Amino acid sequence: MTGEHLDATIARRVRRLETLLEEKGLITGERVDEAIDAFLASSSPANGARVVARAWTDEAYRSRLLADGTAAVRELGYMEGSYQRLRVVENTADTHNVIVCTLCSCYPLRLLGPSPSWYKSEAYRSRVVREPRSVLREFGLELPGTVDITVWDSSAESRYMVLPRRPEGTEGLTEEELAALVTRNALIGTATV
Amino acid sequence: MTDGDRFPPGTRVRTFPHDPPHHTRLPRYARGKRGVVVEPEGPAELADVSAQGRGDAPVEQIYAVRFAARDLWGEGDHHVVLDLWESYLEEDPDRDR
Repeated sequence: MTGEHLDATIARRVRRLETLLEEKGLITGERVDEAIDAFLASSSPANGARVVARAWTDEAYRSRLLADGTAAVRELGYMEGSYQRLRVVENTADTHNVIVCTLCSCYPLRLLGPSPSWYKSEAYRSRVVREPRSVLREFGLELPGTVDITVWDSSAESRYMVLPRRPEGTEGLTEEELAALVTRNALIGTATV
Repeated sequence: MTDGDRFPPGTRVRTFPHDPPHHTRLPRYARGKRGVVVEPEGPAELADVSAQGRGDAPVEQIYAVRFAARDLWGEGDHHVVLDLWESYLEEDPDRDR
Protein backbone atom coordinates (compact mmCIF):
# COMPACT_ATOMS: atom_id res chain seq x y z
CA MET A 1 0.00 0.00 0.00
CA THR A 2 2.73 2.39 -0.93
CA GLY A 3 0.19 4.63 -2.66
CA GLU A 4 -1.64 5.45 0.56
CA HIS A 5 -0.48 8.28 2.72
CA LEU A 6 -1.61 9.74 5.97
CA ASP A 7 -0.82 13.30 4.97
CA ALA A 8 -4.44 14.34 5.37
CA THR A 9 -4.50 13.05 8.94
CA ILE A 10 -1.25 14.80 9.76
CA ALA A 11 -2.46 18.01 8.14
CA ARG A 12 -5.65 17.90 10.24
CA ARG A 13 -3.61 17.24 13.38
CA VAL A 14 -1.28 20.16 12.63
CA ARG A 15 -4.21 22.52 12.00
CA ARG A 16 -5.88 21.42 15.24
CA LEU A 17 -2.65 21.88 17.21
CA GLU A 18 -2.11 25.31 15.69
CA THR A 19 -5.68 26.31 16.61
CA LEU A 20 -5.20 25.14 20.21
CA LEU A 21 -1.89 27.00 20.54
CA GLU A 22 -3.52 30.14 19.16
CA GLU A 23 -6.51 29.81 21.51
CA LYS A 24 -4.18 29.52 24.49
CA GLY A 25 -2.30 32.60 23.32
CA LEU A 26 0.99 30.74 22.88
CA ILE A 27 1.41 31.61 19.20
CA THR A 28 -0.25 33.79 16.59
CA GLY A 29 -1.05 32.91 13.00
CA GLU A 30 1.16 35.79 11.90
CA ARG A 31 4.12 34.35 13.80
CA VAL A 32 3.61 30.94 12.14
CA ASP A 33 3.42 32.56 8.70
CA GLU A 34 6.62 34.49 9.42
CA ALA A 35 8.43 31.29 10.41
CA ILE A 36 7.26 29.50 7.25
CA ASP A 37 8.22 32.48 5.08
CA ALA A 38 11.67 32.62 6.68
CA PHE A 39 12.17 28.89 6.09
CA LEU A 40 11.16 29.15 2.44
CA ALA A 41 13.23 32.31 1.91
CA SER A 42 16.33 30.45 3.09
CA SER A 43 15.52 27.42 0.87
CA SER A 44 16.62 27.96 -2.71
CA PRO A 45 18.54 26.19 -5.47
CA ALA A 46 21.16 28.92 -5.01
CA ASN A 47 22.19 26.98 -1.88
CA GLY A 48 22.81 23.76 -3.79
CA ALA A 49 24.58 25.73 -6.52
CA ARG A 50 26.93 27.26 -3.97
CA VAL A 51 27.75 23.78 -2.61
CA VAL A 52 28.53 22.58 -6.14
CA ALA A 53 30.74 25.58 -6.93
CA ARG A 54 32.71 24.99 -3.73
CA ALA A 55 33.18 21.32 -4.65
CA TRP A 56 34.38 22.32 -8.14
CA THR A 57 36.99 24.69 -6.76
CA ASP A 58 38.12 22.90 -3.59
CA GLU A 59 39.17 19.27 -4.04
CA ALA A 60 39.28 18.58 -0.28
CA TYR A 61 35.74 19.95 0.08
CA ARG A 62 34.57 17.78 -2.84
CA SER A 63 35.93 14.67 -1.08
CA ARG A 64 34.20 15.60 2.17
CA LEU A 65 30.95 16.34 0.31
CA LEU A 66 30.89 12.93 -1.36
CA ALA A 67 31.88 11.11 1.84
CA ASP A 68 29.38 12.85 4.14
CA GLY A 69 27.03 15.26 2.41
CA THR A 70 25.21 16.32 5.56
CA ALA A 71 28.38 17.39 7.38
CA ALA A 72 29.83 19.10 4.29
CA VAL A 73 26.75 21.27 3.59
CA ARG A 74 26.60 22.20 7.28
CA GLU A 75 30.10 23.64 6.88
CA LEU A 76 28.44 26.17 4.56
CA GLY A 77 25.54 26.75 6.96
CA TYR A 78 22.88 24.56 5.29
CA MET A 79 20.64 21.88 6.80
CA GLU A 80 21.33 23.03 10.35
CA GLY A 81 19.00 21.21 12.72
CA SER A 82 17.67 18.89 10.02
CA TYR A 83 17.33 15.23 10.96
CA GLN A 84 17.69 14.23 7.34
CA ARG A 85 20.81 12.75 5.82
CA LEU A 86 22.13 14.19 2.57
CA ARG A 87 23.91 12.02 0.06
CA VAL A 88 25.56 13.82 -2.84
CA VAL A 89 26.04 11.70 -5.96
CA GLU A 90 28.63 12.71 -8.51
CA ASN A 91 28.26 12.70 -12.28
CA THR A 92 31.35 11.58 -14.17
CA ALA A 93 32.26 10.94 -17.82
CA ASP A 94 30.74 7.42 -17.47
CA THR A 95 27.88 7.89 -15.01
CA HIS A 96 24.88 10.17 -14.77
CA ASN A 97 22.65 10.41 -11.70
CA VAL A 98 19.05 11.50 -11.47
CA ILE A 99 16.84 11.91 -8.39
CA VAL A 100 13.21 10.94 -7.84
CA CYS A 101 10.84 9.99 -5.06
CA THR A 102 8.49 7.37 -6.49
CA LEU A 103 6.37 7.13 -3.33
CA CYS A 104 5.62 10.81 -2.84
CA SER A 105 7.81 13.88 -3.37
CA CYS A 106 10.82 13.71 -1.01
CA TYR A 107 13.25 16.41 -2.06
CA PRO A 108 16.20 18.29 -0.51
CA LEU A 109 14.08 21.41 0.01
CA ARG A 110 16.67 23.34 2.03
CA LEU A 111 19.23 23.06 -0.77
CA LEU A 112 16.94 23.20 -3.81
CA GLY A 113 13.93 25.24 -2.65
CA PRO A 114 10.35 24.08 -3.27
CA SER A 115 10.22 21.27 -5.82
CA PRO A 116 8.93 21.89 -9.35
CA SER A 117 5.46 20.52 -10.12
CA TRP A 118 6.79 17.98 -12.63
CA TYR A 119 8.91 16.41 -9.87
CA LYS A 120 5.69 15.56 -8.02
CA SER A 121 3.82 14.39 -11.12
CA GLU A 122 2.91 10.75 -11.46
CA ALA A 123 4.37 10.73 -14.98
CA TYR A 124 7.87 11.69 -13.81
CA ARG A 125 7.78 9.50 -10.70
CA SER A 126 6.64 6.38 -12.51
CA ARG A 127 8.62 6.81 -15.73
CA VAL A 128 12.08 7.97 -14.64
CA VAL A 129 12.80 4.74 -12.75
CA ARG A 130 11.72 2.70 -15.75
CA GLU A 131 12.93 4.62 -18.80
CA PRO A 132 15.28 7.38 -17.59
CA ARG A 133 16.95 7.80 -20.97
CA SER A 134 13.64 8.69 -22.64
CA VAL A 135 12.59 10.97 -19.79
CA LEU A 136 15.93 12.82 -19.84
CA ARG A 137 15.63 13.19 -23.61
CA GLU A 138 12.29 14.94 -23.06
CA PHE A 139 14.13 17.34 -20.76
CA GLY A 140 16.50 18.01 -23.66
CA LEU A 141 19.30 15.90 -22.22
CA GLU A 142 20.67 13.38 -24.71
CA LEU A 143 23.25 11.12 -23.02
CA PRO A 144 25.66 8.91 -24.97
CA GLY A 145 24.79 5.21 -24.82
CA THR A 146 28.05 4.57 -23.01
CA VAL A 147 26.95 6.62 -19.99
CA ASP A 148 25.43 4.49 -17.23
CA ILE A 149 22.40 6.08 -15.60
CA THR A 150 21.64 5.59 -11.92
CA VAL A 151 18.24 6.68 -10.62
CA TRP A 152 18.15 7.42 -6.87
CA ASP A 153 14.68 6.81 -5.43
CA SER A 154 14.62 8.70 -2.13
CA SER A 155 11.90 6.75 -0.39
CA ALA A 156 13.26 6.80 3.18
CA GLU A 157 15.17 9.28 5.36
CA SER A 158 18.00 10.27 3.03
CA ARG A 159 17.81 13.12 0.56
CA TYR A 160 19.88 13.20 -2.60
CA MET A 161 21.52 15.93 -4.63
CA VAL A 162 23.52 15.57 -7.84
CA LEU A 163 27.03 17.00 -8.15
CA PRO A 164 27.09 17.87 -11.88
CA ARG A 165 30.25 17.82 -13.97
CA ARG A 166 32.07 21.11 -14.19
CA PRO A 167 31.83 22.39 -17.77
CA GLU A 168 34.97 22.77 -19.82
CA GLY A 169 36.35 26.23 -20.38
CA THR A 170 35.39 27.50 -16.91
CA GLU A 171 38.89 27.50 -15.41
CA GLY A 172 38.99 31.27 -15.11
CA LEU A 173 35.64 31.67 -13.37
CA THR A 174 35.24 32.60 -9.72
CA GLU A 175 33.28 30.41 -7.31
CA GLU A 176 30.38 32.86 -7.51
CA GLU A 177 30.39 32.83 -11.32
CA LEU A 178 30.48 29.03 -11.30
CA ALA A 179 27.51 28.87 -8.90
CA ALA A 180 25.51 31.04 -11.32
CA LEU A 181 25.88 28.30 -13.99
CA VAL A 182 24.26 25.60 -11.83
CA THR A 183 20.52 25.19 -12.41
CA ARG A 184 17.96 23.47 -10.22
CA ASN A 185 17.47 20.74 -12.83
CA ALA A 186 21.21 20.07 -12.87
CA LEU A 187 21.00 19.43 -9.10
CA ILE A 188 18.14 16.96 -9.69
CA GLY A 189 19.91 15.37 -12.66
CA THR A 190 17.40 16.26 -15.40
CA ALA A 191 19.99 18.60 -16.91
CA THR A 192 23.74 19.02 -17.07
CA VAL A 193 25.71 22.24 -16.67
CA MET B 1 20.23 -5.22 14.70
CA THR B 2 20.74 -1.56 14.00
CA ASP B 3 24.49 -1.25 13.66
CA GLY B 4 24.54 -1.69 9.92
CA ASP B 5 26.67 -4.80 9.80
CA ARG B 6 24.05 -7.38 8.91
CA PHE B 7 24.35 -6.59 5.21
CA PRO B 8 27.82 -5.20 4.46
CA PRO B 9 28.32 -3.30 1.17
CA GLY B 10 28.32 -5.75 -1.73
CA THR B 11 25.91 -8.21 -0.09
CA ARG B 12 23.43 -9.67 -2.56
CA VAL B 13 19.95 -9.32 -1.12
CA ARG B 14 16.37 -10.01 -2.10
CA THR B 15 13.41 -7.84 -1.12
CA PHE B 16 10.22 -9.10 0.47
CA PRO B 17 7.67 -10.19 -2.12
CA HIS B 18 4.39 -9.44 -0.35
CA ASP B 19 2.03 -6.44 -0.34
CA PRO B 20 1.35 -5.59 3.31
CA PRO B 21 -2.09 -4.27 4.35
CA HIS B 22 -0.59 -0.99 5.59
CA HIS B 23 1.72 1.82 4.51
CA THR B 24 5.19 0.68 3.50
CA ARG B 25 8.25 2.27 1.91
CA LEU B 26 9.06 -0.78 -0.18
CA PRO B 27 7.70 0.34 -3.56
CA ARG B 28 5.64 -2.16 -5.51
CA TYR B 29 8.13 -2.21 -8.40
CA ALA B 30 10.89 -3.43 -6.08
CA ARG B 31 9.06 -6.30 -4.38
CA GLY B 32 10.69 -9.74 -4.54
CA LYS B 33 13.64 -8.30 -6.49
CA ARG B 34 17.36 -8.99 -6.29
CA GLY B 35 19.84 -6.20 -5.60
CA VAL B 36 23.21 -5.39 -4.08
CA VAL B 37 23.79 -3.38 -0.90
CA VAL B 38 25.61 -0.08 -1.54
CA GLU B 39 25.94 1.13 2.03
CA PRO B 40 24.15 1.40 5.38
CA GLU B 41 22.53 4.82 5.79
CA GLY B 42 21.86 4.91 9.50
CA PRO B 43 18.99 3.73 11.67
CA ALA B 44 15.43 5.06 11.61
CA GLU B 45 12.02 4.07 12.91
CA LEU B 46 10.27 1.59 10.65
CA ALA B 47 7.80 3.72 8.68
CA ASP B 48 5.37 0.81 8.23
CA VAL B 49 4.67 0.93 11.98
CA SER B 50 5.11 4.64 12.75
CA ALA B 51 2.72 5.54 9.88
CA GLN B 52 0.00 3.67 11.76
CA GLY B 53 0.35 6.19 14.57
CA ARG B 54 1.89 3.60 16.86
CA GLY B 55 4.59 4.57 19.29
CA ASP B 56 6.34 1.22 19.27
CA ALA B 57 7.98 1.34 15.85
CA PRO B 58 11.25 -0.60 15.88
CA VAL B 59 14.41 1.24 14.91
CA GLU B 60 16.11 -0.49 12.01
CA GLN B 61 19.09 0.12 9.81
CA ILE B 62 18.30 1.53 6.36
CA TYR B 63 20.37 0.30 3.44
CA ALA B 64 20.88 1.81 0.01
CA VAL B 65 20.32 -1.10 -2.40
CA ARG B 66 21.23 -1.02 -6.08
CA PHE B 67 19.06 -2.84 -8.61
CA ALA B 68 19.71 -3.51 -12.29
CA ALA B 69 16.85 -2.24 -14.46
CA ARG B 70 16.48 -5.59 -16.19
CA ASP B 71 15.91 -7.24 -12.78
CA LEU B 72 13.17 -4.73 -12.01
CA TRP B 73 11.51 -4.33 -15.39
CA GLY B 74 12.91 -7.12 -17.56
CA GLU B 75 14.65 -4.51 -19.73
CA GLY B 76 16.79 -1.42 -19.58
CA ASP B 77 20.50 -0.75 -19.03
CA HIS B 78 20.30 1.64 -16.06
CA HIS B 79 20.32 1.10 -12.31
CA VAL B 80 17.98 2.17 -9.54
CA VAL B 81 19.14 2.75 -5.96
CA LEU B 82 16.49 2.52 -3.24
CA ASP B 83 16.66 3.15 0.51
CA LEU B 84 15.21 0.12 2.25
CA TRP B 85 14.67 -0.80 5.89
CA GLU B 86 16.45 -3.92 7.09
CA SER B 87 13.29 -6.00 7.55
CA TYR B 88 12.45 -5.55 3.84
CA LEU B 89 15.58 -7.52 2.99
CA GLU B 90 16.97 -10.99 3.22
CA GLU B 91 20.23 -12.36 1.98
CA ASP B 92 19.74 -13.66 -1.56
CA PRO B 93 19.54 -17.46 -1.31
CA ASP B 94 20.48 -17.75 -4.99
CA ARG B 95 23.38 -15.35 -4.76
CA ASP B 96 25.70 -17.76 -6.56
CA ARG B 97 23.41 -18.19 -9.52
